[in-house]
Amino acid sequence: MTQEYRDLSEAKELSILLAGFGGQGILFAGKLVAYAGLLDGREVSWLPSYGPEMRGGTANCSVCLSDSPIGSPLVTDPDVLVAFNRPSYDSFIDKVKPGGLVLVDKSMIDVCPLRADIRFEGIEATRLAEDNELSGLGNVVAVGKLLQLTGFSTVPQVEIAIEKSVSAKHIDLLEFNKQALALGFAHQSEADCAR
Amino acid sequence: MSEKILMKGNEALAEAAIRAGCRHFFGYPITPQSELAAYMAKRLPKMGGTYLQAESEVAAINMVYGASAAGVRVMTSSSSPGVSLKGEGISYMIGADLPGLIVNINRGGPGLGSIQPSQADYWMATRATGHGDGHVFVLAPSTVQEMADLARMAFDLGDRYRMPAMILADGLLGQMMEPVEMPDPINPADLPPKPWATTGTKGEREHNIVNSLSLVSQVLEDMVLERNERYQRIKEVEQIAQLEHTEDAELVVVAYGAASRIARSAVNAAREEGLKVGMIRPITLWPFPTKAIEDVCATAQAFLSVELSTGQMVDDVKLAVSGRRPVSFFGHSGGIVPTPAEVLVAIKKALAGEVFHILPFHSKLEAGD
Amino acid sequence: MAAEKSPVLFERTSALTDKVTNYCPGCLHGITQRLVAESLDRLGLADTAVGVSPVGCAVIAYEFYSCDMVQAAHGRAPAVATGLKRARPENTIFTYQGDGDLASIGMAETIHAATRGENITVIFINNAIYGMTGGQMAPTTLPGQITQTSPYGRDVKAAGNPIRVCELLSSLDGVALAQRVTVDTPSNVRKAAKAIRKGFEYQREGLGFSIIEVLSSCPTNWGMTPYKALEWLRENMIPYYPPGVYKDVKAGE
Repeated sequence: MTQEYRDLSEAKELSILLAGFGGQGILFAGKLVAYAGLLDGREVSWLPSYGPEMRGGTANCSVCLSDSPIGSPLVTDPDVLVAFNRPSYDSFIDKVKPGGLVLVDKSMIDVCPLRADIRFEGIEATRLAEDNELSGLGNVVAVGKLLQLTGFSTVPQVEIAIEKSVSAKHIDLLEFNKQALALGFAHQSEADCAR
Repeated sequence: MSEKILMKGNEALAEAAIRAGCRHFFGYPITPQSELAAYMAKRLPKMGGTYLQAESEVAAINMVYGASAAGVRVMTSSSSPGVSLKGEGISYMIGADLPGLIVNINRGGPGLGSIQPSQADYWMATRATGHGDGHVFVLAPSTVQEMADLARMAFDLGDRYRMPAMILADGLLGQMMEPVEMPDPINPADLPPKPWATTGTKGEREHNIVNSLSLVSQVLEDMVLERNERYQRIKEVEQIAQLEHTEDAELVVVAYGAASRIARSAVNAAREEGLKVGMIRPITLWPFPTKAIEDVCATAQAFLSVELSTGQMVDDVKLAVSGRRPVSFFGHSGGIVPTPAEVLVAIKKALAGEVFHILPFHSKLEAGD
Repeated sequence: MAAEKSPVLFERTSALTDKVTNYCPGCLHGITQRLVAESLDRLGLADTAVGVSPVGCAVIAYEFYSCDMVQAAHGRAPAVATGLKRARPENTIFTYQGDGDLASIGMAETIHAATRGENITVIFINNAIYGMTGGQMAPTTLPGQITQTSPYGRDVKAAGNPIRVCELLSSLDGVALAQRVTVDTPSNVRKAAKAIRKGFEYQREGLGFSIIEVLSSCPTNWGMTPYKALEWLRENMIPYYPPGVYKDVKAGE
């Protein structure tokens, strides 16, 4: 366990790929990250997969945060992969930059082949959300964990991002989203999470 | 100054069009421009405007023709195969000197092609949006902010010169979200009057006729030549390009839209290695910014066009360079977005004096092809 | 001593310009065009009217009407009229189209403007042939009818059957008025005038799409004298395309 990983909180550029099934709130989770970046005054981009790709049930989105103008918004080799299901993990794990980070929703992915050159973190985001009467907000729990791990922004900023991103139709879910964020942010990584 | 918000390119363009005084939208569903139409469908009816889903692309562009004849700001949006179908109506708009905005969220072709980002409609947009001797303004945004800003500009230019204007973007720009600051809204009632419009004579003037037909050859030639003079004037004063690091550049990369974002990353990477590389990003594709290219010919030793096509804009680069410097090409087609690393390889080849036309499939193509 | 003024019994309608039309001798376009202009005049709509001319024999109708005019691509007149009407609903919008324009290349535009209940008035000249291009088979060419492109007579097995436009459109909910008329006799001209007026009235009342189909002759391309052409129209076209009201939303009133 002496492997050196990059300190992503200092990164001038952070590229994140979030991937999972349609309906898991992947695009929304990405939007929270991007919006927080905007609020922090950084350059940001958010790009979803679109078209027939979505029909097969998988969804992913690329988010870039940067201190300088963003080139391609399409993240092909992410600093961070957030995988919400096994097919997404399998598709993208080899693309993660050496020294990067992968965060998986362990309630959806049990055993994964690992890479020694990237940091591996897990959180049972979906189950945690359900256990705390926040069913359906596993995506936001994962964003909280991502925030804890990378420091891509701060809790107050992501809370504002939530306020900006939750549509008027779902305004009653605002507080639940914030609770989910807090839940993920406070989550203690297990020492054997990689197993 | 309004607050920066996070918006999809398609939606930012739609909102900016509304803020430019456009209250009428006619379209037909096609990926990847759907959010644009959906945004209009949500907003326009609530502000006394028209969102109409036409029976076809052909009908949609002819509705634009009709509404433009009536003197209002009007638009349609589509993607490549749909824009082919609109060719007829666009030609009629050119022939009848009607403004109007046509958005092409370019996807891979020919045929049904793909729905992924592409710049393979450059020729169609700049050479032949329809039959006949004519042009439309072609504006190429590269950010969500520009999707908004160029929508406003397209309406203004179209009205000023009585020409259709096209925004040529792609799925990447349409689908992505970036921070955007919206321009202040214009009240349609405050727009300059259009005395030529068919608004009904009200018994106060001779009848106006909106028409592209002229059966007398000399009359038609006079009309075509007048329009051509307008084109020459536009070429003189309306070229827009963004120049980056060109002052001392030995190699100038030319790229627009989504490709320019990737090219910029590659140019910056090259600069970090101490290589003298710059970039010209055409914002107007028609009129093509030939002056910017002519200007840098004095210092640049070579040019490299980077596109999401098999090489279309490179023709215009070569015309502007006019044989004074070698012009190379690198691109991907079929909806594949090149990586900055690939472009950097092409940059280094060009700096090493190679002249090439590289496509990934046969990257060993002979020099000068 | 001033001459005593005689009463004016008939005068040029101000909704037409002085321009001499390009229609052939014996063609019924001239009558129909005048009826449209008269209707606009009598209803006081000429100042707010915008007409759409088609591609076909009436292509330069924009020179004949004194109201604002827009020339449309082949078949697209209903789409162009839709744009004109949606942009300025207060204006009176009409199209003036032939059978090739309306029922062939522009059928999609026709049907969809009709089913949308687009509040416009369509004047449809059905003369069973393409006139301007020199007499080719039209969507309304009768079975067995000889044209330049059906030289052995229209064989419905190979070329398909004619389309009865009013009948077809009458099933659509957006249609306020679908009426077929002829202008072959003075009394029929009067009936046609009434139908065309009704179309514009319905538009004024916002009732939706109105179409008046006018059976017309084409002596030039039919290869007949004007008189023989009218006889042919009565003997062949009227039985296949019976005049009448096919849809009238106010019929019960």
